[in-house]
Amino acid sequence: MTPALSIDHLFVRYGRTDVVKDVSFSVKPGESYALVGESGSGKSTILRSVVGMVRDWRGKIEVDGMPRQGRIDLAFARHCQMIFQDPYASLHPRRTVDATLLEPLKVHGIGDRAERVVQMMQDVGLDPRFRFRFPHQLSGGQRQRVAIARALMLEPRLLLLDEPTSALDVSVQAEILNLLVRIREERNLTYVLVTHSLPVVSFLCDRLGVLRHGRLVEEAGVSALRTGTFAEPYSQELYDASLGAGDRDLAALQEATRGMGM
Amino acid sequence: MTEPLLQLRNLRVTFPGPRGPVQVVHGVSFDLGRERLGIVGESGSGKSLTGRSLLRLLKHPAKVETDRLIFDGIDLNALSEKQMRNIRGARISMVMQDPKFSLNPVMTIGTQIAEALRVHENLPRTEVKTRVRAMLDQVRIDDPDRVMKLYPHEVSGGMGQRVMIAMMLIPQPDVLIADEPTSALDVSVQAQVLDLIDTMIVGNGMALILISHDLELVARYCDRVLVMHRGRVVEELEAGQLHAATHPYTKGLLAAVPRMDETRKVLPVMDRDMEYDQ
Repeated sequence: MTPALSIDHLFVRYGRTDVVKDVSFSVKPGESYALVGESGSGKSTILRSVVGMVRDWRGKIEVDGMPRQGRIDLAFARHCQMIFQDPYASLHPRRTVDATLLEPLKVHGIGDRAERVVQMMQDVGLDPRFRFRFPHQLSGGQRQRVAIARALMLEPRLLLLDEPTSALDVSVQAEILNLLVRIREERNLTYVLVTHSLPVVSFLCDRLGVLRHGRLVEEAGVSALRTGTFAEPYSQELYDASLGAGDRDLAALQEATRGMGM
Repeated sequence: MTEPLLQLRNLRVTFPGPRGPVQVVHGVSFDLGRERLGIVGESGSGKSLTGRSLLRLLKHPAKVETDRLIFDGIDLNALSEKQMRNIRGARISMVMQDPKFSLNPVMTIGTQIAEALRVHENLPRTEVKTRVRAMLDQVRIDDPDRVMKLYPHEVSGGMGQRVMIAMMLIPQPDVLIADEPTSALDVSVQAQVLDLIDTMIVGNGMALILISHDLELVARYCDRVLVMHRGRVVEELEAGQLHAATHPYTKGLLAAVPRMDETRKVLPVMDRDMEYDQ
């Protein structure tokens, strides 16, 4: 089976420094893969080189068996879309939701535009009465729904998600995560998610790769998050740092009940 | 019982809106001793406005009213703007979210920290320098002499936030208000910065108000947590008792966070328009 995304010995350079060094991994169709690491570990840069927002890369990137080249490619846009962290920065401030969602259809010459826009808004849980609003008239969660709808307009197979929920409140984050899980099931999508939040990975993904200083130090299944066992000391450190107080309470509680022989 | 360090009664904040005034904080009251108090809430819950009101930092068109705002026996409401300036920084200080926007980009770190000290105390130059160096040392910056000569853009986010903390603590205030002090930082650096704030607070016998949207983080570093929703305090909890939360909003907030060992298929979401009874 051709992998949905295959990255082979990728190096990315900003100026004179390599920010991504010899990274190789591949994602199977229908899988949800996460890249985790601290700021500056190169995780977003990898996604940006896949979509062509970063030019200076070496190595091999294949999307569904097709090698990526450095030019604009309509077929690629139909196959692969990206969702960004801050929905306020990634939506055009002077375009209504309607105009934002129509744009990809116009570029690709797809018909039935009005119906598709309304249908898509319903699919991502946006009331169609928001259709002619501007981004500043929407809340953060609604804006992120618009960004997701925009990415889905061309019915892509592969979605690249760059910190899709880190700009949102916890209760809104839960809604958007649920939405991402639902559309992945409905549309049989492949996700590549970049995040620094391990609990989000645990909820949304099947497998994860840990990046440090531009190198992929470990790949593991999400089961590693449940048991808390990583092979690399750095991954373990990252894991320990992201344990919430609730998780610790729970761990302590389990420890206590075990001690009581229950 | 001793008088609390800070007493706040019935804080109300109102902004003018196109359809008349909009009240965003509805009567928040609390007492603060020499302890660590957490204020948790989502965007728009009024948590940051509460923090700023304590320092009287909210300016026109915001309208701030309190029945009582007493700090160490001083009625802050009765002070003039000039007297208030002697309180700000020297007695109550505040660490903001992002060091990139809070540090002066054209002043070296050493000069900025020294300024924070000189504004409030009249000290000889050598003394100022020693104090700054000692302070940087306390916030665990390895090479204080080198860092003092750097500009804010030359240091990392974590170090920038440590510089901010140094600047806020050098006049030896009684209360530190930290408004989302780590939201702009990496997970691994977050813990370091909070541990640092924690040791400084406990070591100097200060009071801390930690404002954040992250319930679990606040619970880890505070003794007491106030949960705010739509401008009201809906629940007050002992930090270790998060799981004993009784208010539906707090429970919803806790349940909506994905866990490390997540097995749920769908995360519970909250009814946004729900009005909770007081």
